[in-house]
Amino acid sequence: MRSVWALAAMATLSVLTASTTTLAGEPKQGGTLRMYHRDSPANASILEGATYSVNVPFMGVFNNLVIYDQHIAQNSPDTLRPELAESWSWSGDNKKLTFKLRQGVKWHDGKPFTSADVKCSFDLLMGKSQQKLRQNPRKAWYSEVNEITTNGDFEVSFDLKRPQPSLLAMLASGYTPVYPCHVSPADMRTHPIGTGPFKFVEFKANESIKLTRNPDYWKKGLPYLDGIEYTIITNRSTAILAFVAGKFDMTFPTHITIPLLKDIKSQAPNATCVVEPTNVSTNIIVNSTSAPFDNIDIRRAMSLALDRKAFVDILFEGKADIGGTMLPPPQGIWGMPKDKLETIPGYGPNVNANREEAKKLMQKAGYGPDKHLAVKVSTRNIAEYRAPAVILIDQLKSIYIDGELDVVETANWFPKVARKDYMLGLNLTGNSVDDPDQSFYENYSCGSERNYTNYCNKEIEKLFDVQSQETDIAKRKPLVWDIDKKLQEDVARPIIFHARAGTCWQPYVKGVTIMSNSSYNGFRYEDVWLDK
Amino acid sequence: MFAYLVRRLFLMLVTLLGISVVIFVLLRIVPGNIVDILFAAAGYVDPADKANLEKELGIDQPLIVQYWHWISGFVRGDFGYSYVSEKPALQEILPRIPITAKLAGLALLFSASIGIPLGVISAVKQGTRLDYALRVVSLSGLSLPSFWLGLLILTAAVAMFGQIPIFNPNPKTWLEAFATYAVPAAAVGFRSAALTMRITRSSMLEVLRQDYIRTARAKGASDAAVNYRHALKNAILPVITVIGIEAAFLIGGLIVTETVFNIPGVARFLVEAIRWRDYPIVQNLVMFIAVVVVVANFTVDMLYAVFDPRIRYTD
Repeated sequence: MRSVWALAAMATLSVLTASTTTLAGEPKQGGTLRMYHRDSPANASILEGATYSVNVPFMGVFNNLVIYDQHIAQNSPDTLRPELAESWSWSGDNKKLTFKLRQGVKWHDGKPFTSADVKCSFDLLMGKSQQKLRQNPRKAWYSEVNEITTNGDFEVSFDLKRPQPSLLAMLASGYTPVYPCHVSPADMRTHPIGTGPFKFVEFKANESIKLTRNPDYWKKGLPYLDGIEYTIITNRSTAILAFVAGKFDMTFPTHITIPLLKDIKSQAPNATCVVEPTNVSTNIIVNSTSAPFDNIDIRRAMSLALDRKAFVDILFEGKADIGGTMLPPPQGIWGMPKDKLETIPGYGPNVNANREEAKKLMQKAGYGPDKHLAVKVSTRNIAEYRAPAVILIDQLKSIYIDGELDVVETANWFPKVARKDYMLGLNLTGNSVDDPDQSFYENYSCGSERNYTNYCNKEIEKLFDVQSQETDIAKRKPLVWDIDKKLQEDVARPIIFHARAGTCWQPYVKGVTIMSNSSYNGFRYEDVWLDK
Repeated sequence: MFAYLVRRLFLMLVTLLGISVVIFVLLRIVPGNIVDILFAAAGYVDPADKANLEKELGIDQPLIVQYWHWISGFVRGDFGYSYVSEKPALQEILPRIPITAKLAGLALLFSASIGIPLGVISAVKQGTRLDYALRVVSLSGLSLPSFWLGLLILTAAVAMFGQIPIFNPNPKTWLEAFATYAVPAAAVGFRSAALTMRITRSSMLEVLRQDYIRTARAKGASDAAVNYRHALKNAILPVITVIGIEAAFLIGGLIVTETVFNIPGVARFLVEAIRWRDYPIVQNLVMFIAVVVVVANFTVDMLYAVFDPRIRYTD
């Protein structure tokens, strides 16, 4: 009976809370959002960037053709919204994607936005323009695009070599803003001009980034904030203490580790904190070009020896996800269901049985209790890399592998991997869009620059193209799961876990949505407002 | 005197030239350059893009050519552009210097104003409880790393007052400006205060045992007069030397303190520039520091020669 009353009381309370929220829910204009930034980005150019250190502060300066709904935590084909495009349509053969563009939009310097800007942005990305980007990390996203054509000032079409429905997902990423033709890529690094809700004011390296409200924003009444100020604080402890002391309205997104989250909640109990997957997987890159990992048995044994749950328990107090290449459901759209995942060798719940099988494979390869295999586990000199590498070394001991930690400075990491000067590498892979085309082609296709291990399987590559052309999501998912399963069975890049991280903000900050399957696409901040 | 000046001037130029070569070579010995780091951050390496960028920055040229570009520019006052921010190097370096200078000055002031009086008290009260307590304080100052002390101060300030003493870029009053620097200066100055305290104590103890101190006491001079007028005046010379040496070592502590207290000074900036292999910033900044030190030494040598004629003839 007591529980019935308790339930009734809770129900009343929740109704009251809901109505209070509605009453307090009218957005207010004004105020500056103060946030700390975890590090100093190399520059302000999103098209040249490959870390969300650049997306977070500068996404608000720009607009995309389309964007993921900023109020829905899960990016999916259903949450795509028009932005600089008013609408889009596919041709009958699904090989031409046409956008009708919004009229009356102006760049921050007053010049009009037209279809020429869209064409020159994507020509720049595809490497077809006179001007070049210093770095172009996502050129491969547009490998199926033949050319961009314009029809007047407000219509633009992407002509494709073959159907690729995922192109829309790529265009909706925070990494895909439209740049102005009349500003050089060099100037976009130091003083970016966009059409977005916030205008760039200044970027002082290692110090601060300031944005101010765009009074002529094409979305009338937006943004609510007068501006956003990022103070660059590289020391995490200092940054968090400053947030607790009220110097900041919000932490840098997904910057709070699970153990630190407890500290914040105890010191700032009123703060709102959420924990979401970042769509960054921690994985092992295996140098299969030379001994001993040219032997598939040893690769499989290593994969079988992994106790993924132990990693998650130690590093995340149980709050992280186990999956394959694609982020697992329910946050991930394309990840394998649990029952399918557990059919992959090494993913079964009985770790001891897996390891017994691994030991047999090791013995077949000539190793055993009297003859251990000595390997170096290379990783970057960053805590997020070092900690799992140490656990990996500990776990490998159980199958006659003696690991030695080889910590590599960031500047030397990719050159070392590129010249295959490593045995095992502990690696992190961030997926900027929760979409198989982004992940598969970028990380596993033959010859891709981010395919660090040079894994190349022509049969699987054909399957990449099959799933890529499938327009029906229900039919595409099983194809994606099969590919993901094969990649794990081939020990292409064994996935250990998918990380989760926390974000906190003060109770008066409203309208923040932290994306649950991406840490790159949710920083337009035009709807964020301060209730004070 | 003129020959001495010319000889010293020549030596100073040779020293600076040597330093410039050492700075340049050491920076190139460190593995990786800005292009490697930019591509590492991008997670891919395109050899053609990499070569283009190296060409754009001029780091594809032979080392001797790069060195000549830099040193001839430095002499002409052309410090080049930061590879990272693409702004003039001077524009990046200059605004940060006063911040670090203020912090270092205040830290040294803290070191002297705390270290010397406490060292004197410790010596005068030798063997008392107060002496032991002060020696514990001094020992802890030498043992505690400044980053740890800094974090302790920040944590305590937040827990006790709900406030955090990190850098305020726009102080409105003189008091606010002082508060911005005082806490980090205390954190970094604590170590040198402890060192100053120890040196002052031992130097004072040595002087207090001298005959002239006994004579002063015998003649009826007060304790204060003996301790401060007679003893401290003679004991202070090694202390000043140590404070001078400590000033040079301060940069190490400042790097950590500027990071913990988030102060946009030149020390932290130098480390960030090294991390990015931002050659124009690192080379010019270190060279600038070297010029200041070498010129200061030259000036001191000249002053010595002016005040002590023996030096100008024997050197």
